[in-house]
Amino acid sequence: MLKGDVVIVGAGPAGTAAAYVLAREGAQVYLLERGRQPGNKNLFGGAFYCQEFAELIPDFLDEAPIERIITKRTLTVLGERNWVDYELNSTNFANQPYNAVTVLRPKFDAWFAKKACQQGACLLNNTVAVDLLWENGKVVGVETDRPDGKIYADVVIGADGATSLMARQGGLANPKAHQYMALGIKQVFYLQEEEINKRFRLTPGEGLAREFLGGLPVIGGGFLYTNKSSLSVGVVIQLESLQDKMVQVVEVMEDFCRNPAIKELVAGSIPVEYGAHLIPEGGYHLLPKLYTDGMLLVGDAAGLVLATGFTFEGMNYAITSGIMAAKAILKASRNKDYSASSLKEYKSLLEESYVLPNFRKCRHIPELLANHRVHFAYPEILTKLAENNFKSDAKVRQALLGQINRELTGKVGKKVVLVDLYKAWRFL
Amino acid sequence: MKEIDYSKYVKQLIDGKLLQVKTRVNNKSHIKVDQEVCRGCVEKICVFACPAGCYQVVVGVLKFSHDGCLECGTCQVVCARGAVKWGYPQGGFGINYRFS
Repeated sequence: MLKGDVVIVGAGPAGTAAAYVLAREGAQVYLLERGRQPGNKNLFGGAFYCQEFAELIPDFLDEAPIERIITKRTLTVLGERNWVDYELNSTNFANQPYNAVTVLRPKFDAWFAKKACQQGACLLNNTVAVDLLWENGKVVGVETDRPDGKIYADVVIGADGATSLMARQGGLANPKAHQYMALGIKQVFYLQEEEINKRFRLTPGEGLAREFLGGLPVIGGGFLYTNKSSLSVGVVIQLESLQDKMVQVVEVMEDFCRNPAIKELVAGSIPVEYGAHLIPEGGYHLLPKLYTDGMLLVGDAAGLVLATGFTFEGMNYAITSGIMAAKAILKASRNKDYSASSLKEYKSLLEESYVLPNFRKCRHIPELLANHRVHFAYPEILTKLAENNFKSDAKVRQALLGQINRELTGKVGKKVVLVDLYKAWRFL
Repeated sequence: MKEIDYSKYVKQLIDGKLLQVKTRVNNKSHIKVDQEVCRGCVEKICVFACPAGCYQVVVGVLKFSHDGCLECGTCQVVCARGAVKWGYPQGGFGINYRFS
């Protein structure tokens, strides 16, 4: 049995950020990790939007295991035997402070946890929190799967990811969150660093983040990120859409990798790792309750993944939420009051930062992205229009609006398109 | 009841991919599936949704194996009948990502 000030369930970016700040301010922190090492059980695309991180660890770029600095962003719309790219190349993104970098989670999370330990946090690997401990309706600690494994603390932070058992046991989970739960399936391909530079036209050290729309039999999207000497490729599938189109998800993944647009990008590479992880994409409307007596939720466990369609932001929100949670707990500890009314400070801090305002601003996006026309009809029409406009086939040219009209006829009602455009405009 | 054709091709795909995942299998399964509930299920969406192919229909009966489980949590989300009692493997067991 152990006793501490704070016990944090999950040594991912959110839990570790909280542990770092709390330990730095002198709190006794137990940081639990069910894997052999932090990062072993974590998986993401992905891109890490790291500007805020520099405020926590200013010289992290000198020592953190970073893969590439993202200077090239592409959105690819996949059509029938064709595809259209919308690409940004930014030399601005190549300068500090970097907007986003790619990382590999087993390396990064392990490094970050080590930093938290250097501040004084106690990392307990190979430890699963199986239950919350309660006293008089208040959370007072966790039961772990270690012998004599109870850990008592003033506050428990649930940082155990998208499937958060802590959220469920704490009565905080949002039962409707399943509606927009997505499954990310990822394949890492080894490819020599110089070949990646050549193939993707990258300056050494710089990288690409690419998203794919269309081309899947279900609602979802594809992704490709460049690491130093590997490619992270995969699909994100909205689980609800599997109810309509029952297709095995591994087949979706395999077909995606075989799509001509992707096949040429991974040619000659060696598949080295496969994995899958859930992504909470419900956004603002489907967030769980963020706190209760003696407990807070951070990171994916708090539903804090912002999926805008162009970008997936999880790590940055996880880290900021961890920092805010730590600040709220430090304030609560001054009055020795860890009740819900005291821990409410955590939500207030999220409101005052960029976190909750951004989630509120993007609250319509999950609904927009769940629109099947966005994934099937529109990509098909967009790619056809693009192809038409580059074609010259001895026929009388048709004006763009006429072409759009022709493509829509019989497939999508014009009123429907206008409603979709209005919904998208609401976000813009 | 509809027999779901778990094609050889999909099985081969999954096996090939799971070979790439470093894992430490615990004898005890961390996921319990209630066969009584599964008997009445026609759609068996778990078979389609699991990225590790842990759920298979063999001679009309649902079979679950935790060996290749990627611990993603998909099965407990998609099963509308509550047949899946989901949990994490014992600390230190299960998947061990190297590059994710």
